[in-house]
Amino acid sequence: MNLEQLRGMFAYPGAVLGGIGLLTSGALALADRATLTDIKMAQDRDMKLSLTQVLPGHYENDLLKDTVTLPGPDGEVTVYRACQKGHVVAVVFKVQARGYAGPVVSMMGVDRDGKMLGVRVIKHSETPGLGDKVEPAKSHWIHSFEGKSLGETSAEKFAVKKDGGVFDQFAGATITPRAVVKSVKGGLLFFARERVRLLADNAVIAGKPSATKEIP
Amino acid sequence: MSNDYTRIAKDGLWNNNIVFAQILGMCPTMAVTGSATNGLGMGLATTAVLVASNTLVSMVRNVVTPDVRIPVYIVLIATLVTLVDVGINAWAHDLYKVLGLYIALIVANCAVLGRAEAYAQKVGMLPAAVDGLMMGLGFTFALTTIGGIREVIGGGTLFANAHLLLGPSFSFLETTLIPGYKGYLLFILPPGGFLVLGFLLAGKRILDKRMAHRCVALTSAPAPVAG
Repeated sequence: MNLEQLRGMFAYPGAVLGGIGLLTSGALALADRATLTDIKMAQDRDMKLSLTQVLPGHYENDLLKDTVTLPGPDGEVTVYRACQKGHVVAVVFKVQARGYAGPVVSMMGVDRDGKMLGVRVIKHSETPGLGDKVEPAKSHWIHSFEGKSLGETSAEKFAVKKDGGVFDQFAGATITPRAVVKSVKGGLLFFARERVRLLADNAVIAGKPSATKEIP
Repeated sequence: MSNDYTRIAKDGLWNNNIVFAQILGMCPTMAVTGSATNGLGMGLATTAVLVASNTLVSMVRNVVTPDVRIPVYIVLIATLVTLVDVGINAWAHDLYKVLGLYIALIVANCAVLGRAEAYAQKVGMLPAAVDGLMMGLGFTFALTTIGGIREVIGGGTLFANAHLLLGPSFSFLETTLIPGYKGYLLFILPPGGFLVLGFLLAGKRILDKRMAHRCVALTSAPAPVAG
Protein backbone atom coordinates (compact mmCIF):
# COMPACT_ATOMS: atom_id res chain seq x y z
CA MET A 1 0.00 0.00 0.00
CA ASN A 2 1.52 3.35 -0.95
CA LEU A 3 1.05 6.77 0.60
CA GLU A 4 -1.61 7.80 -1.91
CA GLN A 5 -3.86 4.88 -0.97
CA LEU A 6 -3.21 5.45 2.71
CA ARG A 7 -4.19 9.11 2.43
CA GLY A 8 -7.52 8.10 1.03
CA MET A 9 -8.43 6.08 4.10
CA PHE A 10 -11.00 7.47 6.51
CA ALA A 11 -8.82 7.05 9.60
CA TYR A 12 -5.70 8.54 8.03
CA PRO A 13 -6.02 12.22 9.11
CA GLY A 14 -6.87 11.21 12.67
CA ALA A 15 -3.95 8.81 12.77
CA VAL A 16 -1.56 11.51 11.52
CA LEU A 17 -2.80 14.00 14.10
CA GLY A 18 -2.57 11.38 16.83
CA GLY A 19 0.90 10.30 15.76
CA ILE A 20 2.19 13.85 15.73
CA GLY A 21 0.58 14.51 19.10
CA LEU A 22 2.33 11.43 20.48
CA LEU A 23 5.71 12.45 19.07
CA THR A 24 5.49 16.00 20.37
CA SER A 25 4.35 14.91 23.83
CA GLY A 26 7.30 12.55 23.91
CA ALA A 27 9.64 15.40 23.02
CA LEU A 28 8.11 17.56 25.72
CA ALA A 29 8.44 14.84 28.34
CA LEU A 30 12.10 14.36 27.46
CA ALA A 31 12.76 18.10 27.56
CA ASP A 32 11.05 18.35 30.92
CA ARG A 33 13.23 15.57 32.33
CA ALA A 34 16.36 17.13 30.88
CA THR A 35 15.75 20.61 32.29
CA LEU A 36 14.06 19.79 35.59
CA THR A 37 17.13 19.88 37.82
CA ASP A 38 18.66 22.90 36.07
CA ILE A 39 15.46 24.90 36.46
CA LYS A 40 15.11 23.88 40.11
CA MET A 41 18.71 24.91 40.75
CA ALA A 42 18.23 28.27 39.05
CA GLN A 43 15.07 28.94 41.06
CA ASP A 44 16.82 27.98 44.30
CA ARG A 45 19.66 30.34 43.40
CA ASP A 46 17.15 33.15 42.83
CA MET A 47 15.44 32.39 46.11
CA LYS A 48 18.75 32.31 47.99
CA LEU A 49 19.73 35.62 46.47
CA SER A 50 16.53 37.31 47.56
CA LEU A 51 16.90 35.72 51.00
CA THR A 52 20.41 37.06 51.50
CA GLN A 53 19.25 40.52 50.42
CA VAL A 54 16.75 40.80 53.26
CA LEU A 55 18.91 38.89 55.70
CA PRO A 56 22.37 40.40 55.96
CA GLY A 57 25.01 38.44 57.82
CA HIS A 58 26.02 34.83 57.97
CA TYR A 59 23.90 31.91 59.11
CA GLU A 60 24.88 28.34 59.77
CA ASN A 61 21.90 26.55 58.25
CA ASP A 62 20.52 26.12 54.76
CA LEU A 63 17.62 28.56 54.77
CA LEU A 64 15.87 26.85 51.89
CA LYS A 65 15.62 23.61 53.84
CA ASP A 66 14.74 25.02 57.26
CA THR A 67 11.21 26.23 56.74
CA VAL A 68 7.93 26.20 58.62
CA THR A 69 4.53 26.68 57.06
CA LEU A 70 1.88 28.59 58.99
CA PRO A 71 -1.54 29.97 58.19
CA GLY A 72 -0.96 33.66 57.46
CA PRO A 73 -3.03 36.73 56.53
CA ASP A 74 -3.62 35.45 53.00
CA GLY A 75 -3.23 31.70 52.80
CA GLU A 76 -0.31 29.64 53.97
CA VAL A 77 3.00 31.37 54.54
CA THR A 78 6.30 29.58 54.17
CA VAL A 79 8.76 31.01 56.67
CA TYR A 80 12.49 30.55 56.16
CA ARG A 81 14.43 30.49 59.42
CA ALA A 82 18.02 31.54 59.96
CA CYS A 83 19.98 30.05 62.84
CA GLN A 84 23.07 31.05 64.76
CA LYS A 85 24.50 28.80 67.49
CA GLY A 86 21.50 26.51 67.24
CA HIS A 87 18.92 29.22 67.86
CA VAL A 88 16.59 30.84 65.39
CA VAL A 89 17.74 34.46 65.18
CA ALA A 90 15.77 35.71 62.20
CA VAL A 91 12.97 34.67 59.88
CA VAL A 92 12.14 35.57 56.29
CA PHE A 93 8.76 35.32 54.64
CA LYS A 94 6.71 36.63 51.73
CA VAL A 95 3.94 39.16 52.10
CA GLN A 96 1.71 40.75 49.50
CA ALA A 97 -0.90 43.42 48.98
CA ARG A 98 -2.80 44.80 46.02
CA GLY A 99 -0.92 47.54 44.22
CA TYR A 100 -1.96 49.75 41.34
CA ALA A 101 -1.73 46.98 38.74
CA GLY A 102 -1.95 43.66 40.50
CA PRO A 103 -0.33 42.16 43.56
CA VAL A 104 2.95 43.53 44.94
CA VAL A 105 4.87 40.67 46.50
CA SER A 106 7.65 41.43 48.93
CA MET A 107 10.13 39.37 50.89
CA MET A 108 10.82 40.61 54.41
CA GLY A 109 13.39 39.63 57.01
CA VAL A 110 12.63 40.06 60.72
CA ASP A 111 14.96 39.38 63.65
CA ARG A 112 14.05 37.79 67.02
CA ASP A 113 12.87 41.07 68.51
CA GLY A 114 10.56 41.95 65.64
CA LYS A 115 12.99 44.46 64.12
CA MET A 116 13.10 44.50 60.35
CA LEU A 117 16.35 43.51 58.68
CA GLY A 118 15.29 44.28 55.15
CA VAL A 119 12.47 44.28 52.63
CA ARG A 120 12.63 43.61 48.89
CA VAL A 121 9.80 43.74 46.40
CA ILE A 122 10.26 40.55 44.41
CA LYS A 123 7.29 40.76 42.06
CA HIS A 124 5.16 43.63 40.88
CA SER A 125 3.64 45.03 37.72
CA GLU A 126 3.50 48.70 38.70
CA THR A 127 3.88 51.58 36.26
CA PRO A 128 7.48 51.94 35.10
CA GLY A 129 8.88 55.29 36.16
CA LEU A 130 6.32 55.85 38.92
CA GLY A 131 5.47 52.82 41.03
CA ASP A 132 8.65 50.93 40.29
CA LYS A 133 10.61 53.18 42.66
CA VAL A 134 10.06 50.37 45.17
CA GLU A 135 12.94 48.59 43.41
CA PRO A 136 16.31 49.24 45.07
CA ALA A 137 17.90 49.90 41.66
CA LYS A 138 15.57 52.86 41.09
CA SER A 139 15.32 54.44 44.55
CA HIS A 140 16.50 54.04 48.14
CA TRP A 141 12.96 54.01 49.43
CA ILE A 142 12.79 50.29 50.21
CA HIS A 143 15.69 50.70 52.66
CA SER A 144 13.56 52.96 54.87
CA PHE A 145 12.06 49.85 56.47
CA GLU A 146 15.38 48.65 57.84
CA GLY A 147 15.54 48.82 61.65
CA LYS A 148 11.84 49.65 62.01
CA SER A 149 9.62 47.59 64.28
CA LEU A 150 6.10 47.77 65.62
CA GLY A 151 7.53 48.50 69.07
CA GLU A 152 9.33 51.62 67.91
CA THR A 153 6.84 52.77 65.27
CA SER A 154 3.29 52.40 66.50
CA ALA A 155 0.76 50.59 64.37
CA GLU A 156 -1.03 53.85 63.43
CA LYS A 157 2.23 55.46 62.35
CA PHE A 158 3.06 52.45 60.20
CA ALA A 159 1.68 54.04 57.03
CA VAL A 160 2.72 56.44 54.27
CA LYS A 161 2.97 60.14 55.21
CA LYS A 162 -0.22 60.96 53.35
CA ASP A 163 -2.07 58.66 55.73
CA GLY A 164 -0.37 60.17 58.78
CA GLY A 165 2.47 57.67 58.95
CA VAL A 166 6.25 57.83 58.78
CA PHE A 167 7.00 56.41 55.33
CA ASP A 168 7.48 58.60 52.26
CA GLN A 169 5.26 58.19 49.24
CA PHE A 170 6.47 58.94 45.70
CA ALA A 171 5.46 61.98 43.72
CA GLY A 172 2.61 60.77 41.54
CA ALA A 173 2.40 57.33 43.07
CA THR A 174 0.92 56.68 46.50
CA ILE A 175 -0.83 53.40 45.83
CA THR A 176 2.32 51.33 45.35
CA PRO A 177 4.19 52.43 48.52
CA ARG A 178 0.92 52.21 50.44
CA ALA A 179 0.57 48.60 49.30
CA VAL A 180 4.14 47.75 50.34
CA VAL A 181 3.77 49.44 53.73
CA LYS A 182 0.44 47.68 54.29
CA SER A 183 1.83 44.27 53.42
CA VAL A 184 4.91 44.80 55.61
CA LYS A 185 2.74 45.90 58.53
CA GLY A 186 0.63 42.78 58.04
CA GLY A 187 3.84 40.75 58.05
CA LEU A 188 4.99 42.30 61.33
CA LEU A 189 1.60 41.63 62.94
CA PHE A 190 1.82 38.05 61.67
CA PHE A 191 5.28 37.76 63.23
CA ALA A 192 4.07 39.16 66.55
CA ARG A 193 1.16 36.74 66.60
CA GLU A 194 3.21 33.66 65.69
CA ARG A 195 6.49 34.68 67.34
CA VAL A 196 6.64 31.76 69.79
CA ARG A 197 5.97 29.17 67.14
CA LEU A 198 8.33 30.78 64.63
CA LEU A 199 11.25 30.99 67.00
CA ALA A 200 10.81 27.60 68.69
CA ASP A 201 14.12 25.86 68.32
CA ASN A 202 12.80 22.48 67.32
CA ALA A 203 9.40 23.43 66.18
CA VAL A 204 6.67 20.89 65.62
CA ILE A 205 3.94 22.95 64.02
CA ALA A 206 0.40 21.70 64.11
CA GLY A 207 1.49 18.11 64.37
CA LYS A 208 3.69 18.41 61.31
CA PRO A 209 7.35 17.86 62.05
CA SER A 210 9.31 20.66 60.45
CA ALA A 211 12.49 20.10 58.56
CA THR A 212 14.58 21.37 61.46
CA LYS A 213 15.48 18.09 63.08
CA GLU A 214 19.20 18.44 62.51
CA ILE A 215 19.28 21.71 64.47
CA PRO A 216 19.50 21.15 68.22
CA MET B 1 18.05 29.15 -7.57
CA SER B 2 20.21 31.75 -5.81
CA ASN B 3 17.85 34.30 -7.30
CA ASP B 4 15.09 32.64 -5.30
CA TYR B 5 17.00 32.99 -2.07
CA THR B 6 17.72 36.67 -2.74
CA ARG B 7 14.01 37.17 -3.16
CA ILE B 8 13.27 35.24 0.06
CA ALA B 9 15.78 37.40 1.91
CA LYS B 10 14.40 40.65 0.49
CA ASP B 11 10.85 39.59 1.30
CA GLY B 12 11.64 38.61 4.85
CA LEU B 13 13.81 41.57 5.71
CA TRP B 14 11.92 44.37 4.00
CA ASN B 15 9.29 43.91 1.29
CA ASN B 16 7.13 41.48 3.22
CA ASN B 17 8.45 42.19 6.73
CA ILE B 18 6.25 40.56 9.38
CA VAL B 19 5.74 43.77 11.32
CA PHE B 20 6.18 46.55 8.78
CA ALA B 21 4.37 44.95 5.83
CA GLN B 22 2.23 42.03 7.03
CA ILE B 23 1.39 43.79 10.33
CA LEU B 24 1.33 40.40 12.04
CA GLY B 25 2.56 39.47 15.50
CA MET B 26 1.33 42.71 17.04
CA CYS B 27 0.81 41.15 20.47
CA PRO B 28 4.50 40.40 21.18
CA THR B 29 5.53 43.50 19.23
CA MET B 30 3.63 45.83 21.55
CA ALA B 31 4.37 43.88 24.71
CA VAL B 32 8.14 43.57 24.65
CA THR B 33 9.43 46.62 22.80
CA GLY B 34 9.89 48.77 25.89
CA SER B 35 13.62 48.47 25.33
CA ALA B 36 15.93 47.52 22.47
CA THR B 37 17.36 44.58 24.42
CA ASN B 38 13.95 43.04 25.06
CA GLY B 39 13.02 43.51 21.40
CA LEU B 40 16.23 41.83 20.30
CA GLY B 41 15.76 38.91 22.69
CA MET B 42 12.15 38.34 21.63
CA GLY B 43 13.16 38.63 17.96
CA LEU B 44 15.91 36.04 18.29
CA ALA B 45 13.67 33.60 20.19
CA THR B 46 10.98 34.00 17.52
CA THR B 47 13.58 33.46 14.78
CA ALA B 48 14.63 30.17 16.36
CA VAL B 49 11.00 29.04 16.52
CA LEU B 50 10.30 30.20 12.94
CA VAL B 51 13.27 28.33 11.45
CA ALA B 52 12.39 25.14 13.34
CA SER B 53 8.65 25.35 12.66
CA ASN B 54 9.09 26.09 8.95
CA THR B 55 11.50 23.16 8.63
CA LEU B 56 9.21 20.76 10.49
CA VAL B 57 6.12 21.85 8.57
CA SER B 58 7.93 21.40 5.28
CA MET B 59 9.13 17.99 6.46
CA VAL B 60 5.63 16.69 7.18
CA ARG B 61 3.92 18.47 4.27
CA ASN B 62 3.45 15.29 2.22
CA VAL B 63 2.18 13.24 5.14
CA VAL B 64 -0.37 15.66 6.55
CA THR B 65 -3.73 15.95 4.82
CA PRO B 66 -5.32 19.37 4.35
CA ASP B 67 -8.15 18.57 6.81
CA VAL B 68 -5.88 18.28 9.82
CA ARG B 69 -3.04 20.57 8.78
CA ILE B 70 -3.92 23.48 11.07
CA PRO B 71 -4.10 21.41 14.30
CA VAL B 72 -0.89 19.63 13.30
CA TYR B 73 0.93 22.93 12.71
CA ILE B 74 -0.36 24.38 15.97
CA VAL B 75 0.76 21.32 17.92
CA LEU B 76 4.19 21.54 16.30
CA ILE B 77 4.56 25.28 16.97
CA ALA B 78 3.32 25.01 20.56
CA THR B 79 5.78 22.20 21.22
CA LEU B 80 8.68 24.17 19.78
CA VAL B 81 7.80 27.23 21.84
CA THR B 82 7.61 25.12 24.99
CA LEU B 83 11.00 23.61 24.20
CA VAL B 84 12.51 27.08 23.75
CA ASP B 85 10.79 28.18 26.97
CA VAL B 86 12.14 25.40 29.19
CA GLY B 87 15.53 25.59 27.47
CA ILE B 88 15.96 29.29 28.21
CA ASN B 89 14.62 28.80 31.73
CA ALA B 90 17.18 26.10 32.43
CA TRP B 91 20.27 27.37 30.66
CA ALA B 92 19.87 31.15 30.42
CA HIS B 93 17.94 31.83 33.57
CA ASP B 94 18.82 35.53 33.81
CA LEU B 95 17.45 36.09 30.34
CA TYR B 96 14.38 34.09 31.31
CA LYS B 97 13.69 36.51 34.13
CA VAL B 98 13.58 39.31 31.55
CA LEU B 99 11.77 37.52 28.73
CA GLY B 100 10.07 34.63 30.50
CA LEU B 101 6.64 36.14 30.43
CA TYR B 102 6.82 36.77 26.70
CA ILE B 103 8.25 33.50 25.37
CA ALA B 104 4.84 31.84 25.63
CA LEU B 105 3.49 34.72 23.53
CA ILE B 106 5.35 33.32 20.49
CA VAL B 107 2.56 30.74 20.21
CA ALA B 108 0.12 33.62 19.84
CA ASN B 109 2.29 35.16 17.13
CA CYS B 110 0.22 34.48 14.04
CA ALA B 111 3.25 35.13 11.87
CA VAL B 112 4.63 31.71 12.80
CA LEU B 113 1.47 29.88 11.71
CA GLY B 114 1.20 32.34 8.82
CA ARG B 115 4.58 31.34 7.39
CA ALA B 116 3.73 27.63 7.78
CA GLU B 117 0.46 28.08 5.94
CA ALA B 118 1.56 30.59 3.30
CA TYR B 119 4.99 29.25 2.44
CA ALA B 120 6.57 26.34 4.30
CA GLN B 121 3.90 23.77 3.42
CA LYS B 122 4.45 24.38 -0.30
CA VAL B 123 8.24 24.13 -0.60
CA GLY B 124 11.19 21.95 0.34
CA MET B 125 12.96 22.04 3.68
CA LEU B 126 15.87 24.30 2.71
CA PRO B 127 13.88 27.19 1.22
CA ALA B 128 11.42 26.83 4.11
CA ALA B 129 14.21 27.12 6.67
CA VAL B 130 15.76 30.09 4.83
CA ASP B 131 12.36 31.77 4.72
CA GLY B 132 11.97 31.21 8.47
CA LEU B 133 15.41 32.67 9.11
CA MET B 134 14.82 35.75 6.96
CA MET B 135 11.32 36.39 8.29
CA GLY B 136 12.70 35.98 11.80
CA LEU B 137 15.57 38.38 11.18
CA GLY B 138 13.15 40.89 9.69
CA PHE B 139 10.99 40.54 12.79
CA THR B 140 14.07 40.96 15.01
CA PHE B 141 15.05 44.07 13.06
CA ALA B 142 11.58 45.55 13.47
CA LEU B 143 11.35 44.79 17.19
CA THR B 144 14.84 46.10 17.92
CA THR B 145 14.13 49.30 15.98
CA ILE B 146 10.83 49.95 17.77
CA GLY B 147 12.38 49.05 21.12
CA GLY B 148 15.39 51.28 20.49
CA ILE B 149 13.27 54.30 19.59
CA ARG B 150 10.98 53.81 22.59
CA GLU B 151 13.94 53.32 24.92
CA VAL B 152 15.80 56.41 23.73
CA ILE B 153 12.78 58.70 23.90
CA GLY B 154 11.34 57.08 27.00
CA GLY B 155 14.44 56.64 29.13
CA GLY B 156 17.44 58.15 27.35
CA THR B 157 19.32 54.83 27.18
CA LEU B 158 19.97 52.31 24.42
CA PHE B 159 20.46 48.56 24.88
CA ALA B 160 20.31 48.80 28.68
CA ASN B 161 20.85 45.37 30.30
CA ALA B 162 22.25 43.95 27.06
CA HIS B 163 24.69 41.87 29.12
CA LEU B 164 21.77 39.84 30.47
CA LEU B 165 20.83 38.85 26.95
CA LEU B 166 24.16 38.50 25.16
CA GLY B 167 26.65 37.94 27.96
CA PRO B 168 29.04 40.33 29.73
CA SER B 169 31.18 40.86 26.62
CA PHE B 170 28.34 42.81 25.04
CA SER B 171 27.98 45.33 27.84
CA PHE B 172 29.71 47.86 25.56
CA LEU B 173 26.37 48.13 23.75
CA GLU B 174 24.78 49.67 26.81
CA THR B 175 24.85 53.39 26.26
CA THR B 176 23.24 56.33 27.97
CA LEU B 177 22.47 58.71 25.14
CA ILE B 178 20.96 61.49 27.21
CA PRO B 179 22.60 61.67 30.67
CA GLY B 180 20.37 62.98 33.45
CA TYR B 181 17.26 62.55 31.26
CA LYS B 182 14.11 62.37 33.35
CA GLY B 183 12.39 60.09 30.87
CA TYR B 184 9.24 60.46 28.81
CA LEU B 185 6.95 57.85 30.29
CA LEU B 186 4.44 57.75 27.44
CA PHE B 187 6.89 55.95 25.20
CA ILE B 188 7.60 53.18 27.71
CA LEU B 189 3.87 52.61 28.26
CA PRO B 190 1.81 50.70 25.66
CA PRO B 191 0.63 53.82 23.74
CA GLY B 192 4.27 54.54 22.92
CA GLY B 193 4.44 51.23 21.07
CA PHE B 194 1.48 52.16 18.87
CA LEU B 195 2.84 55.65 18.22
CA VAL B 196 6.31 54.45 17.23
CA LEU B 197 4.90 51.64 15.05
CA GLY B 198 2.58 54.10 13.32
CA PHE B 199 5.39 56.51 12.50
CA LEU B 200 7.64 53.67 11.31
CA LEU B 201 4.88 52.28 9.05
CA ALA B 202 4.35 55.72 7.55
CA GLY B 203 8.11 56.10 7.12
CA LYS B 204 8.36 52.77 5.30
CA ARG B 205 5.52 53.76 2.95
CA ILE B 206 7.27 57.01 2.07
CA LEU B 207 10.59 55.24 1.56
CA ASP B 208 9.02 52.56 -0.65
CA LYS B 209 7.24 55.20 -2.72
CA ARG B 210 10.45 57.15 -3.25
CA MET B 211 12.28 53.99 -4.28
CA ALA B 212 9.50 53.07 -6.71
CA HIS B 213 9.70 56.61 -8.15
CA ARG B 214 13.43 56.29 -8.60
CA CYS B 215 13.00 52.91 -10.30
CA VAL B 216 10.46 54.37 -12.68
CA ALA B 217 12.72 57.35 -13.35
CA LEU B 218 15.65 55.07 -14.04
CA THR B 219 13.80 52.84 -16.47
CA SER B 220 12.00 55.64 -18.25
CA ALA B 221 14.93 58.04 -18.43
CA PRO B 222 16.95 56.25 -21.16
CA ALA B 223 13.88 55.90 -23.36
CA PRO B 224 13.84 59.45 -24.80
CA VAL B 225 17.58 59.22 -25.46
CA ALA B 226 17.08 56.09 -27.47
CA GLY B 227 14.02 57.51 -29.20
